Amino acid sequence: MTEARHERAPGDKPSREMHPSAPSEFLVYTIGLFVAVLLTATSFWAANTTLLWPGGVFLGLAVLAITQMGIHLVFFLHITSGPESTNNVLALAFGVLIVFVVVAGTMWIVADMNANMTMPSGEPMSMRMQH
Amino acid sequence: MNIATAIDSVPLEALPSASEAGPAPKRIVVAYGFWIFLLSDIVMFAALFASYAVLVRSTAGGPSGAQLFNQATVAIETACLLVSSYTCGLMSLAINSRNRVGMYLGAVITFALGAAFLTLEIGEFADMIARGATPQRSAFLSAFFTLVGCHGLHVTLGLIWLIVMMVQASVFGFAARVQHRLLCFSLFWHALDIVWVGVFTVVYLMGVSS
Amino acid sequence: MNLLGKLDWNAIPLHEPIIMGATAFMVLVVVAVLGFITMKGAWLYLWREWLTSVDHKRIGVMYCILALVMMLRGFSDAIMMRAQQAVAAGGAQGYLPPEHFDQIFSAHGTIMIFFMAMPFVVGIMNFAVPLQLGIRDVAFPTLNSVSFWLTASGALLINLSLAVGEFSKAGWWGYPPLSELQYSPGVGVDYYLWSLQISGLGTLLAGINFVTTILKMRAPGMSYMRMPVFCWTSLATNLLIVAAFPVLTAVLAMLLLDRYLGFHFFTNDAGGNQMLYANLFWVWGHPEVYILVLPAFGIFSEVIATFSGKPLFGYRSMVAATMTICVLSFLVWLHHFFTMGASANVNGFFGVMSMVIALPTGVKIYNWLFTMYGGRVRFTVPVLWSIGFMVTFVIGGMTGVLHAVPPVSFQLHNSVFLIAHFHNVIIGGVVFGLMAGYNYWFPKAFGFVLDERWGKASFWCWFIGFYLAFMPLYLVGLMGMTRRLQHYDNLAWQPWLIVAMVGAVVILGGIVCQVVQLVVSIRARDKLRVTGDPWNGRTLEWATASPPPAWNFALAPNVTGKDAFWTSKREQAKQGKPGPSRAYEPIEMPKNSATGFVSAFFAVVIGFAMIWHIWWMAGLGLLGAFVTLLAFAFRRHTEFEVPAEQIAQFERAHQAGAAV
Repeated sequence: MTEARHERAPGDKPSREMHPSAPSEFLVYTIGLFVAVLLTATSFWAANTTLLWPGGVFLGLAVLAITQMGIHLVFFLHITSGPESTNNVLALAFGVLIVFVVVAGTMWIVADMNANMTMPSGEPMSMRMQH
Repeated sequence: MNIATAIDSVPLEALPSASEAGPAPKRIVVAYGFWIFLLSDIVMFAALFASYAVLVRSTAGGPSGAQLFNQATVAIETACLLVSSYTCGLMSLAINSRNRVGMYLGAVITFALGAAFLTLEIGEFADMIARGATPQRSAFLSAFFTLVGCHGLHVTLGLIWLIVMMVQASVFGFAARVQHRLLCFSLFWHALDIVWVGVFTVVYLMGVSS
Repeated sequence: MNLLGKLDWNAIPLHEPIIMGATAFMVLVVVAVLGFITMKGAWLYLWREWLTSVDHKRIGVMYCILALVMMLRGFSDAIMMRAQQAVAAGGAQGYLPPEHFDQIFSAHGTIMIFFMAMPFVVGIMNFAVPLQLGIRDVAFPTLNSVSFWLTASGALLINLSLAVGEFSKAGWWGYPPLSELQYSPGVGVDYYLWSLQISGLGTLLAGINFVTTILKMRAPGMSYMRMPVFCWTSLATNLLIVAAFPVLTAVLAMLLLDRYLGFHFFTNDAGGNQMLYANLFWVWGHPEVYILVLPAFGIFSEVIATFSGKPLFGYRSMVAATMTICVLSFLVWLHHFFTMGASANVNGFFGVMSMVIALPTGVKIYNWLFTMYGGRVRFTVPVLWSIGFMVTFVIGGMTGVLHAVPPVSFQLHNSVFLIAHFHNVIIGGVVFGLMAGYNYWFPKAFGFVLDERWGKASFWCWFIGFYLAFMPLYLVGLMGMTRRLQHYDNLAWQPWLIVAMVGAVVILGGIVCQVVQLVVSIRARDKLRVTGDPWNGRTLEWATASPPPAWNFALAPNVTGKDAFWTSKREQAKQGKPGPSRAYEPIEMPKNSATGFVSAFFAVVIGFAMIWHIWWMAGLGLLGAFVTLLAFAFRRHTEFEVPAEQIAQFERAHQAGAAV
């Protein structure tokens, strides 16, 4: 009875007593698997098809992957937007922010440095040393 | 702990939110701590992904991803992990309903699929090394083996953990701490699957399509 | 095949008199301490009550002791460098050969950041946070012990490098390609890498533990906006630890792979990219700065509110500023390498972010000033440290904003101006904060206050010594002196460097005063004995006895507002009698565990074996660590019960003591 006031443990499903309309847990996992397989198959197809514009494939794969991660979070890890998992979602959001900053920042910085610091390949080594 | 009595001595309306409810039960504390650990683990993977993205073109005259990767293997590996995530979910359902047979069955299938994934991955690595595509060959290959290998190492540890947990379940039954650890294991296993989605997209699919 | 890998008698630098002298001194001290313990017959007591303790207070104290010991080590490096630079001008070479000087500055940085500042910060958090939250222990007590012992293992390895082998000569950040096998073939960099990996793991576990504790274990009624500011800053720090340390682990692991298995992450050939190391290292490195300084900000907030007799001015803005810093600290890391070739766009972005992060810090300074304004300030030792901090840190912060301007950074980078800047913020911010916290919470930990006169003497020595030691460095930096010079030709610098040397000696005086303060206080402890609430405190840690019992609080406190203890004291005074008494109940406490100590032992074995390429030993260590983990996982009894009668007895004694 005091437990009801606490937030949910990460990975725990919403309790059925509190949410009588919640779908069966078996069904949740099965839908999750189905959607995940669908998204994975689409990814593999998109990567190998010649029907699509190659630049779009790159973006499409990224979108598909992020969608699939979201599906895993919702259907397998039971992340919800309800108040009983605020802490879990906040921690996740912080993690996503850091992941984004680390990956995007690193790629931006190093690509920029590569562009700036690469010498024309014809120049001899001694020319580079003068900079 | 006399937390419960302490709470009861306060009028209920004085406790409007979870943030004032006092120390959380053990299950929530343990799972939340593990959630935070997973967060840190994902950040470590982010660093490895970033390194891979930076070094992917630094093949130093060696083979590139498009020449090395076999998508059929990757597809089977992916299928193994996806289904094992599903069976791991079913295992946690069995645990919640105190179903011993269901738990062991779920664990065995999850383990088998994880082991199949690892076997395929090791085979893939061995094949690449046999063809001269060793991690020492180029920065790209160093980053590839580190990123994918780190995920594989996590899967290995997960399998060892699963064995230990099954032994614990048979010794202690559905004791509270066994349940907490199994909950953490399922978090770990699902998180590994999420990382793998990143790996097969960024490393294999993008590497082949570009 | 050699069973001992690369290890042989040549590893001990017998031909280096300075190193051998230091080693002999260290061995002597260790033997003396061990002898003293044996003489007192205290081994069993030590093992039962301290080494295997999972009590957050004892672990906190052990962290602080480790930090203070390592401070002596790091400071001896510092004073050796200052002495070298004071004499090695013109043609003179000083007394330290270059390869030794390189090891000293690398060790100084590594030790001061990882084994002085970090353990001290974590130690004070360990001690104070659960007490302030009104709870019995942290979320994972045994893990807490593991964290501490892993940190201690790292420290042990780094000290071992003095006697067996050598330490890194590649600076405390170990930039490749210098730190690659090709240019640093010795074991120095390996010592650096393994000790950081092991202690880094400990720090990460501590971070996870504290985030969980603060978010999930607060006393009933303590909502987020009722938490003491120190808990808020600790939360921010631990979130940063959890988010930043994995990046350090990853980047050091990549360097290890380069060095051990011939990978090509950061090498010159085969497509390696050294910029990647610098980039990832500082992704961790800049948040690390805030990991260190945020708890110090929290300590100042507690100290100033307590000794001004007022609630903290602008609590909400303080919290907002803390969390803003927590996020922004991840968006500024490039300012550590403005000059490495990024374009104006990149430099511009990170320059602006670095300037922006000064704003929340400025908010904090004003909050502290306004808290003191109109208060009855008691000028105790912690308050002196706090005021000293405010003056010093503002100067350091200003020079920091200066560095945030990329064109200025192009002029100043790699100069001793930069050295002066970051010592200005780390000593003026972190060390002053830790000293304030040490003096503030010491009576809570041991039941007697520290001697005021020696404390003040120590503060003034540190304060004056700091300015003497580092203001000249700003000047010689502007005169063009670069950092890490073993000797130099420009004689115009020498007078200033001699002044800096004098400053270091004055700081040494401060350290001596601190040691004397501790000894004097211990000897006069019966006269300095205090009750649970010596400072007229505001937060819950002062509500219990000093030193607190293992269970911290006989009854879980009910929190009804900010400054929980202050509020309840006021209410009691109004009603004229204590609140309704509640019956004591038995308390479940975690049992002591050797897990931490044993796993740390195996961590040292693994680290040492890997450094010297003794593969079989590393395998054994790994196996041992795994078995330890299993033994822990299969424990049947993890808790014991403290009977209600024992608690009641303790409380009666405590009340009687408080009444006197």
